[in-house]
Amino acid sequence: MPEGYRKTFFDPVITNNPIAVQVLGICSALAVTTQLKATVVMVVALTLVTGFSSFFVSLMRNGLPNSIRIIVQLVIIASLVIITDQILKAFAFEISRQLSVFVGLIITNCIVMARAEGFAMRNPPFLSLVDGLGNGVGYGVVLLSVAFFRELLGSGRLLGYQVFSLASEGGWYTPNGLMVLAPGAFFIIGIFIWVVRTIKPEQVEAD
Amino acid sequence: MSGKRSAGYTLFFAIAVCGVCSILVSVAAVTLKEQQQANFLGNLQRNVLIAAELLESDEPVDTREVTERFAKRVKVQRVALPTGETLGELTEKQLEQRLTGEMKVEERPVADNEAKVLAVPEESIVYQVVEQGRVTLFILPVEGQGLWGRLYGFLALKADARTIAGLVFYEHKETPGLGGEVDNPKWRAKWKDRRAFDGRFEPVIEVIKGNAGPPERDPHRVDGLSGATMTSRGVTALLRFWLSDQGYGNYLKQHRVKRDA
Repeated sequence: MPEGYRKTFFDPVITNNPIAVQVLGICSALAVTTQLKATVVMVVALTLVTGFSSFFVSLMRNGLPNSIRIIVQLVIIASLVIITDQILKAFAFEISRQLSVFVGLIITNCIVMARAEGFAMRNPPFLSLVDGLGNGVGYGVVLLSVAFFRELLGSGRLLGYQVFSLASEGGWYTPNGLMVLAPGAFFIIGIFIWVVRTIKPEQVEAD
Repeated sequence: MSGKRSAGYTLFFAIAVCGVCSILVSVAAVTLKEQQQANFLGNLQRNVLIAAELLESDEPVDTREVTERFAKRVKVQRVALPTGETLGELTEKQLEQRLTGEMKVEERPVADNEAKVLAVPEESIVYQVVEQGRVTLFILPVEGQGLWGRLYGFLALKADARTIAGLVFYEHKETPGLGGEVDNPKWRAKWKDRRAFDGRFEPVIEVIKGNAGPPERDPHRVDGLSGATMTSRGVTALLRFWLSDQGYGNYLKQHRVKRDA
């Protein structure tokens, strides 16, 4: 991988993470992270949509009339999201029911639009694809760690397998009810951002 | 970024993008439709089998196996509401068409009720588990309002059309860990052998606050879900609604008469 591609891919994963640094895409980060398995599917879906929407937007960027560029980006994103949703309904029915409207809401995820408008409009297709995938992975890193803690602490499970034996079934662990509710994700994302910014103080915004 | 373009070009571009995207979306929707409907039907059949205890809730069987087991053991009956008259069987294809909305069903609005059910179908469905020519279980589709949204499920009654064999909710929006515990197999097991009706066949089954006794001493009451008063109330209301004469009451009465005669 040439240097430019590598930087484009890893930048959003570590130094310029869409959730931790730009604080985008928080809505779905709260909604789909109660179970790790559903989160994995959501992350894959979002990564592919971000990557390919950036790719297609970049492909037509030179012929794209400026006055309708946002709506054209949205049409591309929406089409990819619908196709993703249809595929999930056909091949991962149980998980698509858990994710319910949130697959559809990838359309409104700020990360996707931000990459299409902010990066793909000014860069060649393959670099845009890499940028989109990188941002999806960056989003995924945060979501997966949030889901890891929420599923473990909220229901004592990981990927559906019981890890902690529950007090209600004669074990020792009393599930933390906050973790299964949306506010639980706020705490974990907050702690995540705190840890990242302690390690990388340059991410702290000036007051 | 490109500069100004003529209006004609812009219009052409917009139409072209829309055309290409709509073709892609349509192709995906049409080619995947069959698989999606099979999943939808399989999911429903799976839950009927769970309510009938013919399938464990976490048993790893695929859709085809579910469909086979369902076809072998379950009869799908059309039932007129509120008269309770049986209208005949529904084939798998017809069931699928009904569930996916391809076959329209007339609905009749009902009076205000605690379950917040607005209308009941003129022609509903009752699933019967049949063993050696005799019905051993009646499985009734039920729905009603919980705290955050509607609960959809199945209530299984034994051959006497009074005793509960099982209750399962396959779709709800209740709070995980609180009202969401309607999914908990431990709580679902508490329904078994409770009496849905009193001596005069009024539906009296109730989810109470706190703990109920064992079914033989406390036949009409079931443990409440802790921290989920509204969900518990919703479950009581929806069961009582569907067991009343507005729901399947008359249908069940006919089966009691048949059996008692």
